[in-house]
Amino acid sequence: MLSTRRSGGFVPEPVLSIRDLVVDFSTDDGVVHAVDGVSYDVHAGETLGVVGESGSGKSVTVMSILGLIPIPPGKVTRGEAFFKGVDLLKVRERELRDIRGKDIAMIFQDPMTSLNPVFTVGEQIGEAIEVHDPSVKEERARARAIELLQLVGVPNAERRVDQYPHEYSGGMRQRAMIAMSIANEPSLLIADEPTTALDVTIQAQILEVMKKAQVETNAATIMITHDLGIIAEMADRVAVMYAGHIVEVGDVDTIFHRPRHPYTLGLMNSLPRLEADERWLKPIPGQPPSMINVPPGCPFHPRCELSRGREICRTEFPLLESLESSQHKSACHFKRELAGETSKFVDEEAAS
Amino acid sequence: MTNPNPSASEHLPRAPQVDRPPSPDATPSIDADELTSFHEEGLEVVARSQWQLARRRFFRHKLAVGSLIVLMIIVLVGVFAEQIAPYSYREQVPLDARMAPTLEGQHYFGTDVLGRDYFSRTVFGIRTSLYVAGVVALLSTLIGALYGAVSGYFGGWIDNMMMRFVDLVLTLPILAVLIVIAALLGNGTPIRVAVILALFYWTTLARIIRGNFLSLREKEYVEAAKASGASDIRIIFRHMLPNSMGPIVVNATLIVATAILVEATLSFLGFGVQPPEPALGKLIDDARGFMQSMPWLVMAPGVTIVVIVLCINFVGDGLRDALDPTQRRLRA
Amino acid sequence: MLIFVVRRLLYSIPVLIITSFLIFWAVTVSGDPLTTVRQIPRVSQDTINAIIERNHLLEPFLVQYWEWVKSAFTDGFGTTLLGDAPIMPDIRRVLGNTLQLIIAAEILSVILAAIIGVVSAVRQYSAFDYTATTFSFLGFATPTFFLALLLQILFTNLYLSTDVRIFFTSGLSSAGADNFFIDRLQHLALPVITLAVLGIAQFSRYVRASMLEVVNSDYVRTAKAKGVKKRNVVMKHALRNALIPFVTAIALDFGGLFGGAIVTETIFGIDGMGRYLVGHLNTRDVYPVMAWLMITSVIVILFNLIADVIYGYLDPRIRYD
Repeated sequence: MLSTRRSGGFVPEPVLSIRDLVVDFSTDDGVVHAVDGVSYDVHAGETLGVVGESGSGKSVTVMSILGLIPIPPGKVTRGEAFFKGVDLLKVRERELRDIRGKDIAMIFQDPMTSLNPVFTVGEQIGEAIEVHDPSVKEERARARAIELLQLVGVPNAERRVDQYPHEYSGGMRQRAMIAMSIANEPSLLIADEPTTALDVTIQAQILEVMKKAQVETNAATIMITHDLGIIAEMADRVAVMYAGHIVEVGDVDTIFHRPRHPYTLGLMNSLPRLEADERWLKPIPGQPPSMINVPPGCPFHPRCELSRGREICRTEFPLLESLESSQHKSACHFKRELAGETSKFVDEEAAS
Repeated sequence: MTNPNPSASEHLPRAPQVDRPPSPDATPSIDADELTSFHEEGLEVVARSQWQLARRRFFRHKLAVGSLIVLMIIVLVGVFAEQIAPYSYREQVPLDARMAPTLEGQHYFGTDVLGRDYFSRTVFGIRTSLYVAGVVALLSTLIGALYGAVSGYFGGWIDNMMMRFVDLVLTLPILAVLIVIAALLGNGTPIRVAVILALFYWTTLARIIRGNFLSLREKEYVEAAKASGASDIRIIFRHMLPNSMGPIVVNATLIVATAILVEATLSFLGFGVQPPEPALGKLIDDARGFMQSMPWLVMAPGVTIVVIVLCINFVGDGLRDALDPTQRRLRA
Repeated sequence: MLIFVVRRLLYSIPVLIITSFLIFWAVTVSGDPLTTVRQIPRVSQDTINAIIERNHLLEPFLVQYWEWVKSAFTDGFGTTLLGDAPIMPDIRRVLGNTLQLIIAAEILSVILAAIIGVVSAVRQYSAFDYTATTFSFLGFATPTFFLALLLQILFTNLYLSTDVRIFFTSGLSSAGADNFFIDRLQHLALPVITLAVLGIAQFSRYVRASMLEVVNSDYVRTAKAKGVKKRNVVMKHALRNALIPFVTAIALDFGGLFGGAIVTETIFGIDGMGRYLVGHLNTRDVYPVMAWLMITSVIVILFNLIADVIYGYLDPRIRYD
């Protein structure tokens, strides 16, 4: 169960392997490449944190794998997504449906709107079970729903199971969503901004519940978020996305302390730190690019301090390539120049 | 600067680009122009005003634009009825009686038993319909907007009372009540019919505006205006009503359409606009007895009504999309 | 749930009272009720005095109102001014006929609109969707009376050319018909279709919009992510949520149907509420008109109540308010 990834040792077969995924959306203004050549793997028992700004493509990636994006405006132009040997993008709807909710489960951002207001929580959790195992009777499904609610820490589960979503608090609803997702013991759990809509105080609790769920099922987990704090807390490895591309991937230590992509470095340096003596926060200058008007070359170059206007950044698209270890990759022409740079986290630790 | 993606936006109005200062770290070997250009690639944020956006959205609807043109022609026909109609409303040409639509004698829509030219009659009828509908829309918009604004702005028990009244008015079957009131209080003139109609149709707008205001009330700019001492009236008129313009316009369009239909129905039954004033509904009623032998007399005014209302609905649909795109829209 | 119903019921009572007051006031202020009677040649002053006496026309307004309300319960709203015919029995008869018409039209509208709306939403932008939309727009733009006339022309011509009566273009029934039921159907078909067209146009758009909103909602996304079959996602999750506002809309539409019935009955010569009203309006006979308004209001309020109750049943969020 423990990974030997950090030492670059033996890597078991990934549960999910996305290869060169390209997802386009036709809009009135043109074609948007929401996901533009994304590849990453997730292994059993590990949590991969996918971090990026809104519009970076982190949600679209996973939604398209599960067939949850609307296909007329959206289109999977290219790529493969191998889940336990099966390419999810080529499989028939029927088989995909079997996998959804059973082998792969998803937790969404806003629990208030993600639960159907006219059915009880118990009925909805029960549905997740009944859909994949028609032989299960209502009684049994309800009992299981109560078990699951208890597992995720919903108090008074026997009573709560027959209540409607609007009678639950925000945190409880998200717990119910988590319960629903682990009902069939999935091998892959995808959480899309699970705590963004919740109060900060509840966030910590929910993260605890998620960790517990992970331990229970030994599922591979993809944690999608824009919150670096959550990444630090939950992730084993991190993939950083920008403008539909992965710009850096590595284990959480390396990404936080020794980032090798100017965007990642910028992200780390823009975090406010309590202990540090900072006069000004240091945001990354500029805005994320318009996804229709993507500049040639590196998508990040207009905001990049490392680039300094160098020709190659403007003209040639940087590929995701390994650094010293094959587990750490960065998509930057000048990634080696960052070798000397350390994020301020390290600076302060050294200084203290 | 050339647009790197011409197909996407070349037909759009070009508004000023967002200004981006060049990065302080840029090495002096790159000249200012190149610098600005590479910063602007990928950073092109074209700022467009609300109205430009709305206009652009509206013109995307070919159906709406086409209908608008047709409508304008019809309005012109109504306004210049005297000039366009070859005959007057009541004029009888017995020699030309019972003619099917023909170019002869300019009887495009044919004539009835008395020799009255139905094209002319329809033209005058159009004028009445448009007039009544216009007045109804204006009046009910004024009343409805004000009523809704006051109700929504003050909230609380004032709002409660006012809305209860609206509910009460809406409890009754509208057409039935309109027919009764028109029959008892109407005198056959277009203006009175318009007033009677307006007495009931202000309610939908009142509801919409009130809902709008209830939510706008919580917005920061209203609180800010209050904090800086603006009076209630000023806040309502300067801050909140302009923001409700979208629904007001869309609703007004709908009211025009409804008014045309109702006016025609009332005059058909004999309770709305009555002779000597021209009315499309009355035209159809007059022709009803001869429906079998001269169906065109019924068809012409009827199809006219359908065309007018259809165009208004298409325009309204386009307006709704242009002014209120947050509404989950149905493409016509 | 029960408290909910009782509360709504109690709320209806003041509404009814105020409505009755408004009706009485509005009709009374419109002028002297005896205008038409006075115009009858050779009507004696005695007759007029008797009417004034009987209907309390010289007494204060509130007394008149009270007497009228009383007459509703004790005397079936009294009698008409002209002809002295008892009002209530007539209304009962015409109401029965109109209700047949209206209920049939509503059922037809609802079923067709629901199907068209759901299919349009699920197959958005398809040929079906565009056709349905075109039909709806035409339906909105066509005045009811015009549609009725068109249908009359069409079916009369069909009969004249083929000598086969598919649908009758006037009346409620033919004397000496073999099968009462079929005969009634043939007579009611065209008026029902006329009324239903507008309803279908309206409701199908409504259902479509509702479904689209629901289909794009987060909880439908969750259901899909759970692996629920597409058909069940639509039928179970989406439909139930989409239908909630639809049900209310249906019940609230009954008021509008009474209005449409007025026109339809006039054209198709149906002995119903509509024709009753128009007839008495033409003679300015206010008592049957007031009775008509009152009865219609009661029915509409009743249907509003039913709509509220059904809504409360379908949407659990409302129940506990």
